[in-house]
Amino acid sequence: MIKKIKSYYNKKTRNIFTGYLFIFPWLVGFLLFTLWPMIYSFYLGFFDVRLTPRGIRTSYQGFENFTEAIFSDPVLLENVFEYLQQIILHVPVIIVFSLIIALLINQDIKGQGFYRTIFFLPVIILSGPVIEQLMAQEATTIPGIGDYTLFNIIDNIDWTIMEWISDLFEEIIMVLWFSGVQILIFLAGLQKIDNSTREAAMIDGASAWEMFWKITLPAVKPLIIVNVIYTVIDISTFDLNPIIIYIREQMFNVFTGFGYSSALGWLYFILISSILIISVIILNIREAW
Amino acid sequence: MNWVFKYKNIVKKILFGGARAEEGIIYKFIIYALLTVIGFVYLYPLLYMLANSFMNLSDLISSSIRWVPSGLYLENYRRALQIMDVTNTFWQTLLVAGLPAVLQTISTALVGYGFGRYKFPGRRLLFLLMLATFIIPPQVTMIPRYLLFSRYDILGTFYTFVFPAILGQGLRSAIFVLIFYSMFKQIPDALVEAAKIDGAGNVKIFYKIAIPLSIPAIVIAFLFSFVWYWNETYLASIYFGNVFSTLPLELQNFADSFAQMYGGAGDSPMNQLNEAIIMAGTLVTIGPLLILYSISQRWFVESVDRTGITGE
Repeated sequence: MIKKIKSYYNKKTRNIFTGYLFIFPWLVGFLLFTLWPMIYSFYLGFFDVRLTPRGIRTSYQGFENFTEAIFSDPVLLENVFEYLQQIILHVPVIIVFSLIIALLINQDIKGQGFYRTIFFLPVIILSGPVIEQLMAQEATTIPGIGDYTLFNIIDNIDWTIMEWISDLFEEIIMVLWFSGVQILIFLAGLQKIDNSTREAAMIDGASAWEMFWKITLPAVKPLIIVNVIYTVIDISTFDLNPIIIYIREQMFNVFTGFGYSSALGWLYFILISSILIISVIILNIREAW
Repeated sequence: MNWVFKYKNIVKKILFGGARAEEGIIYKFIIYALLTVIGFVYLYPLLYMLANSFMNLSDLISSSIRWVPSGLYLENYRRALQIMDVTNTFWQTLLVAGLPAVLQTISTALVGYGFGRYKFPGRRLLFLLMLATFIIPPQVTMIPRYLLFSRYDILGTFYTFVFPAILGQGLRSAIFVLIFYSMFKQIPDALVEAAKIDGAGNVKIFYKIAIPLSIPAIVIAFLFSFVWYWNETYLASIYFGNVFSTLPLELQNFADSFAQMYGGAGDSPMNQLNEAIIMAGTLVTIGPLLILYSISQRWFVESVDRTGITGE
């Protein structure tokens, strides 16, 4: 009996040990490369920081940077509002859209490789200098939207409708560009679904619709959460995000300085975290429901 | 109300395939149309660049030529290859992107496995910390990290990319940990138990069961890492200084210096010609990524057969 208990505990401690062993690289990396930059930038949020040729000069300010950002920065507030709007509108659409695309290119179609390559393009283009190049060229928005005769006709009818439609169009294209990674994550998840389960369900007379809800969706469900997290963070930290642009502007602004931008960064961190917590809660409620 | 159901059925069939073969053809057609239309949005900028990169000066200026160049004009590519010093830069870029990508894939797979398959004290806290490192905008911690690297005295070396990648702190490492975490968590416990009874150790279970079951995730993690490291210009420029250069960096340098010389956008012929060279350079820069992807996406399909082992 004692032996059994002993071996049970041995096994358990060994399991704990193995678990630590697997995450060990991350733990070391976190302590070596990430912890200090995080703490330091947080710490700088309480200072007035000047980057001078002679080095960094700091003077303690208490919570001033934070209170100023929250209570007396109208530009920030405006950007936050725009950002929240983007999140609420885009995240659900991106998730649904990328799941649909993943389902479509997962089917047995001709030119699968070709389509899959096309849907990898946003991953390549959205990162790196290419996107800035393209945005400068307005090549990402199907330029000459106004040049197309279709839109000229609409233009003649009513200017506001035309504007609304082209706005909507631009939003859709935005969503498309931000869906690349998510499509592939879903695709990887769909690959994992066991074919024999599907065949068995088919023999039992399950319709494709039922199979989607009973087999496919539960299987990709964890990836939906992964994708929501990714999408929120991707939109939030994208280089051309209004808040990120603002934070970066403040970083080298002579009047506010690095301390203020650090404080902004950490307030932004809290905002993003709250959004993520809310989305995970919503997803879990859906599960219970 | 009848039409609503009819409509719903059509949508269902588009998404999940038709029940009967003869119906399938129509729905297949709709699928192709849908994919092509959406794909066009992604292809458009490429086609636009492709067309412009083959245009000579008179094509570029001419208002009648918009898409089809009057001839196959390769001078833009010749200039772009020369400016970016491609033969030299390509191998550096391959190294700068390839090695960290491989290391990052390995380390995040291990970490994801640890978080997904083991219970240990502090697991939740560490997992949340890992997410926190992803949430905090990299722009905020960048300068402190730079200072840290300079204290470690690794600035201007390849280590600035390699060390964080080995230790799960690379570019967006957390998303890969998260992907691996959710993939490994889905492995049926029965399978792992069976292997244990057969006498397989922890490490053996990892590479004999978990890894083969997660090939698509591994392919994805490697591809994303590779692309993100390949395209990373900002960090590369501040970490490497002038020691290394990558294709996107060279491209950006050229674009910047030309923007300084000619004061940015404008419709002057000189501007347009340089734009055409930049577009040629852009295509040269992303070309290898497309080739890599079209090769590796094969594993996506192959892995389907492998998942058959899961039979439970």
